[in-house]
Amino acid sequence: MRLLDLKGRIFLAALAVLAAGAALLNLALPESAALHVPNYAVGLIGKYLCFALLALSVDLVWGFAGILSLGHGAFFALGGYAMGMHLMRQIGERGVYGHPELPDFMVFLDWKELPWYWHGFDSAWFALPMCLVVPGALAFLFGWLTFRSRVTGVYLSIISQAMTFALMLAFFRNDMGFGGNNGLTDFKDLFGLDLKDAGMRAGLLLASAAALAGGYLLCRWMTVGKFGRVLVAVRDAEQRTRFLGYRPEHYKILAFTVSAMMAGVAGALYVPQVGIINPGEFSPANSIEIVIWVAVGGRGTLVGAALGAVLVNYAKSFLTGAAPEMWLFVLGGLFVAVTLFVPKGILGEIPGLRARWRERRDGHG
Amino acid sequence: MAVRNAIFRLVLVLFAAGACLAPGGGSASGGFDAALVLLAGKSAKKRMAGIEALAASAHPAAAPILSAMVDGRLYYRKDDKRLFVVAKRGREFDLFDPVAGEQAGTAPSKSLKKVKVNNRLRRAIRKALAGLNLTHADRAIRLEAAAGLLKSADPGLRPALVAALEREAGGDVRAAMELALAAVDIGPDSTPAVRIAAAERLGASESPEARALLGRVVGDAKTDAAVREAARAALQQIEDRLELYRQFGAVFQGISLGSVLLLAAVGLAITFGVMGVINMAHGEMVMVGAYATFVVQELFRTFAPEFFGLSLAVAVPAAFLAAAALGVGLERSVIRWLYGRPLETLLATWGVSLVLRQAVRTIFGPTNREVGSPEWMSGAMELAGGVAITYNRIWIILFSLAVLAAVMAVIRYTAFGLEMRAVTQNRPMANAMGIRSRKVDSMTFALGSGVAGMAGVALSQIDNVSPNLGQAYIVDSFMVIVFGGVGNLWGVLVGAMSLGVVNKFIEPFSGAVLGKIVILVALILFIQRRPQGLFAMRGRAAEL
Repeated sequence: MRLLDLKGRIFLAALAVLAAGAALLNLALPESAALHVPNYAVGLIGKYLCFALLALSVDLVWGFAGILSLGHGAFFALGGYAMGMHLMRQIGERGVYGHPELPDFMVFLDWKELPWYWHGFDSAWFALPMCLVVPGALAFLFGWLTFRSRVTGVYLSIISQAMTFALMLAFFRNDMGFGGNNGLTDFKDLFGLDLKDAGMRAGLLLASAAALAGGYLLCRWMTVGKFGRVLVAVRDAEQRTRFLGYRPEHYKILAFTVSAMMAGVAGALYVPQVGIINPGEFSPANSIEIVIWVAVGGRGTLVGAALGAVLVNYAKSFLTGAAPEMWLFVLGGLFVAVTLFVPKGILGEIPGLRARWRERRDGHG
Repeated sequence: MAVRNAIFRLVLVLFAAGACLAPGGGSASGGFDAALVLLAGKSAKKRMAGIEALAASAHPAAAPILSAMVDGRLYYRKDDKRLFVVAKRGREFDLFDPVAGEQAGTAPSKSLKKVKVNNRLRRAIRKALAGLNLTHADRAIRLEAAAGLLKSADPGLRPALVAALEREAGGDVRAAMELALAAVDIGPDSTPAVRIAAAERLGASESPEARALLGRVVGDAKTDAAVREAARAALQQIEDRLELYRQFGAVFQGISLGSVLLLAAVGLAITFGVMGVINMAHGEMVMVGAYATFVVQELFRTFAPEFFGLSLAVAVPAAFLAAAALGVGLERSVIRWLYGRPLETLLATWGVSLVLRQAVRTIFGPTNREVGSPEWMSGAMELAGGVAITYNRIWIILFSLAVLAAVMAVIRYTAFGLEMRAVTQNRPMANAMGIRSRKVDSMTFALGSGVAGMAGVALSQIDNVSPNLGQAYIVDSFMVIVFGGVGNLWGVLVGAMSLGVVNKFIEPFSGAVLGKIVILVALILFIQRRPQGLFAMRGRAAEL
């Protein structure tokens, strides 16, 4: 299999056009122009691209390794918190309390000094790698514990859900030192550039698009080669793969860890664009929602996962604005309808449809 | 014995023994009348004698008169020196007969004179009142007097206390008096031997006063070493016992929490354990049960408020039926098509759960709904050491055990239970034997959902009835199932109770939230070691 098939090329091209186009039309045209892309739309697209990257990470483990993780929101949130901590340290003396060292919420809690785990986050050289290292380390530990004891299927799903639930409870506590309920917010700038600046926002959008493209290529690279074949074998018949002499747990741990790091990058790019990270991101409901993005777009298709994330989130933005009551009905209905009627997802159904269409044409011809 | 007799005799002399033993007798009422005359006397000495005589008379009216006197409401008429309890109304006083307590007309304030009290008299009155109350006919008043004595530990009241003890047959009043006597005896006026004995007796009590008294003795460096040692031992004894009560309280709280988890998890054990279906909408079945309770109670409030106490009894079957009907609907429309695909089932039922939550939010509103408790469920049982056991918790524990027993009985003894087990163990073979496995699936799912609905009735008594009610318990219930072992109802019982108790024991050290995290992490680690849970299924079913 080639690294870039037709689907992938279309995807990358569309992504480049979308991101570059939105950034260009936002920056180059005056606000009065008909084709001008407003600032909020740039932020929204950037957000969708982060979600797409997150969906891609879930598709890597669910679509190819058969691991239904209901806790990927935790990796996303951890990456986000690592970035949030860096942004908090960047505020410096400009906080409400004007403390040179401590973020506002610590001053409010009457803390005297920075907790040890906050040290180093003032430097981007430390904070940015942490966005990958922290989720990756947690995923490695989690995978090491579960895959080696051969916890699979729904058990694994429930444990991963418990993991993110426990983290949510922990991050809600004020004395954890992550801002408790309110999380981290009031960010000012990144790399010395104002976050509200249009150029910065366009830059973040482009960075998200680049990360998504990179994540896609990484997933493709991991899944087209021998590694990917073994991964799929593990998904479809774990015992048989083991009997053939492979160590399924090694493959699963690696895929899971890489996937968690991708989720962490998505979170790290998400936070500066929305301006807040709070413990709600850890909620199990969020993690399940990611799975439905993947299911809608097509499990195991990568491009479909990204597409599903954008589609579902666009519907969410639209419906929560237009008819907030309806959104949960639609989301719930989506869960049921997709699993019952479109189990392969939108992209997954296309080959079947094409085959049927060809059959009909041949039959008539 | 001789000492006690001697003291008793002394008391007899002091308090006019005849009056004590036979209140209302001729000589007693004579003593009472004479005492009243003395109270109106000019000199404090006479009034003191009056107080003592009044106390000795043990007349029922003696206590009210003395308390009126100490409050400054006892007056005498200047003309005839007759005593009255007064209620002031400007210049005019309402007069009350001190003996009968009835109103005896009014009089201008000028015609009356207050019976004056000084500090010495006040002390004497207090003592006399304590003595009178200690021998009062009303049990509650005697108990209160003994409790008051325990607080004041006034050595001057010791004789009265001893006298009262002689008359007290037994029961809690006597126990309270003995404790009060010990409190008096441990004071610095007693001999070391008496103090040591008193310390031992105080050590048998849990009252804060006893602890304070013992603590004072331990802290007083001037006290005899042996006495201090005894007091310290007694104090330690109390602390140990209180710790025991606290532990008992924690165990009870844990069992109570465990029974809630049990209720939520039994239904899940049926759908997940027996059928292998992950029902993420299980929590919503619990919620539906709670809202069914709310609806039933509203109907009772509207149509039959006088039978409100029965509302829960009606709500239990109503909630069962509502949730079971919903469960059948869910099984027929969604789950049936996804058998053998657990991950898809999980996602689809999660969607159902979202829809149900939003539907309830639309129908009943997003805020908490008020669900009342009938009278027989409210209130609490106070145990020693500040441990309280609320009745609704006890009812829920009993209810959860009853539900578990009923489910077990259904599975073991009914034809339906037999078919259910047959289908679980070997579906094709059950089909071949003429069991309609599809129908059994529906019924099993209905049973599991119905049990969840009944859990909702119980939860409505201790938790807020809101659309998110079920979500609060779903993760915990899954943990119970996973911990106890899939497909084993005994495992569910043990899992729920141990999780509940462990939770409540960790909480004091780490706080509620951190306790929950600790438990979750511990469970995640536990599952690494024993993926099958505590009670693993053996045989063919284990390979599924």
